[in-house]
Amino acid sequence: MAAKTFEKGNVAIAKAAVAAGCKYYFGYPITPQSDIPEYLSGVLPGVGGQFVQAESEIAAINMLLGAGSTGKRAMTSSSSPGISLKQEGISYMAGSEIPGLIVNIQRSGPGLGGISPSQGDYFQATRGGGHGDYRILVLAPATVQEMYDLTILAFELSDKYRMPAMVLADAMLGMMKEPLEEWIPKQAEEDKSSWALSGAKGRERRKIKSLFLGDGELAEHNWKMLEHYREVEAKETRVKIEVHDDCELAVVAFGSAARIAKSAVDRLNDEGRNIGMVRPITVWPFPYKEIRELAEKDIPFLTVELNVGQMVEDVRLSVEGRSKVSFAGYPPGYLPSPDEIYEEITKLLDKKD
Amino acid sequence: MKTVFERPQSLVDTSFHFCPGCHHGTIHRLVAEAIDEYKVRETTIAAASVGCSVFLYDYFDIDVVESPHGRAPAVATGIKRANPDKFVFVYQGDGDLAAIGTAEIIHAANRGENITVIFVNNTVYGMTGGQMAPTTMLGQRTTTSPYGRDFAQDGYPIRMTEMLAQLEGVGYAARVAVDSPAHLGKARKAIMKAFATQIENRGMGFVEVLCTCPTNWGMGPIEANKRIAAEMIPYFPLGVYKERTGSDFM
Repeated sequence: MAAKTFEKGNVAIAKAAVAAGCKYYFGYPITPQSDIPEYLSGVLPGVGGQFVQAESEIAAINMLLGAGSTGKRAMTSSSSPGISLKQEGISYMAGSEIPGLIVNIQRSGPGLGGISPSQGDYFQATRGGGHGDYRILVLAPATVQEMYDLTILAFELSDKYRMPAMVLADAMLGMMKEPLEEWIPKQAEEDKSSWALSGAKGRERRKIKSLFLGDGELAEHNWKMLEHYREVEAKETRVKIEVHDDCELAVVAFGSAARIAKSAVDRLNDEGRNIGMVRPITVWPFPYKEIRELAEKDIPFLTVELNVGQMVEDVRLSVEGRSKVSFAGYPPGYLPSPDEIYEEITKLLDKKD
Repeated sequence: MKTVFERPQSLVDTSFHFCPGCHHGTIHRLVAEAIDEYKVRETTIAAASVGCSVFLYDYFDIDVVESPHGRAPAVATGIKRANPDKFVFVYQGDGDLAAIGTAEIIHAANRGENITVIFVNNTVYGMTGGQMAPTTMLGQRTTTSPYGRDFAQDGYPIRMTEMLAQLEGVGYAARVAVDSPAHLGKARKAIMKAFATQIENRGMGFVEVLCTCPTNWGMGPIEANKRIAAEMIPYFPLGVYKERTGSDFM
């Protein structure tokens, strides 16, 4: 077993990318994710890769589109305002079925906002984000170790399903240091020779595109993508559930909000309460089924987010009125303490008691 | 019997969708001849752009990825950086390259990306139905300059080749036309040079081709062809603006 090091979350992502065999990085500087390009600009040239500092986020995502169309494992990273600029390219990548990793170390919005942690981009990440009717894979780490592990998983899923994947973290996870155990994936990279562009040698020419003007072509393409999405939903939903019998209430939270909420939940359970914790690890696909099953046991929910109410809509869609869903949200620019979430949970329990 | 003229091998045997009198077909042919000449058909990956030329993936017997509007030079950067052994070209119109994609072309050029750029300037947005482009001539009436382009309102037509030739990353930059046999010969030579520039790793090879758009100019093919020499060449002078021989590339 490899020795543990003490790393920043951003660096963990960059190291995981190298471990996953990603040799191509395209990006533009923005706080609070610049550790990623800074690290990779030093490492990639030494492994036969390429680091390109693009003129804009728009150019960077299109460089990723180009590298991805040739089947090469590649990535870009940014933070909220930059991710908005990338949406055009993400839509084209989704429509053209081009894999690639996009990292969003969220900061506070809207607009230029601030550089503090936030989960304000949940809707943008899980609803496609750009124009058209599409989804991308979205993985939400909650620890520095998960920044590493889920980056590798995101590359693998992106290649497997030929769709863009996003690691959705935030300034807190990106900037803080925790113990990290690095590992090298054993799984061989997906064979992309059946579709990737490599020059039409000894085979028919290939077109990778999202323009379909022929009668019925576009609808057929979109039905095919939907079938893909259904398969991803069935096979790749990941959620960590810590709910015991006779659970009084379950907190639903992802990423850094889940860490803060977990401290409050642990304290209550130490005090003899029975509070559960549900942490979506994939936020698309979202664990609708798993949460619905808990709702069928009459467990009420409290959704905690670092925004004013985004994932809570998915929790309500899961529950469909079967049990009560409350919400504790903290707007971008504010970070709650575990005590504040403890108070929120206690208030709900008092009402119930 | 000796064959004196045939379809380039890298062009697909199909009819172009281009309007009568449009030069795109001729320019496609010149590019295909260069692909054949340098024997790069099997290693070429092209980045198509948005506009009438997007359908190049139907006409060239090569691998093609489609780019968002204006972004082809960034897409080509990604392809070439990850696949330096491939031949990579983009083919963009004036709306694509000189308006929405200005940042992408300037910075791809400035980085000295080893790609070939075919820039087709017909002074108008073709596919969207004849709106004013950055290259629209002063006084030219379009659907969004119904009184004619006025410099006080819309600025002057932009000369991309002159601008890009200033950048150290550009190995070759030329403006050509295909309106006469003499010009066609020079255009062929320029496109060949822009291919050679990439193959010899001398940075970006850039060729601007002045092109007709009879439909959106409201002209017949012959009249449109005459406009190239009468109106466009005086403002967009033909010639080689930059030719790096190799040794001066830092």
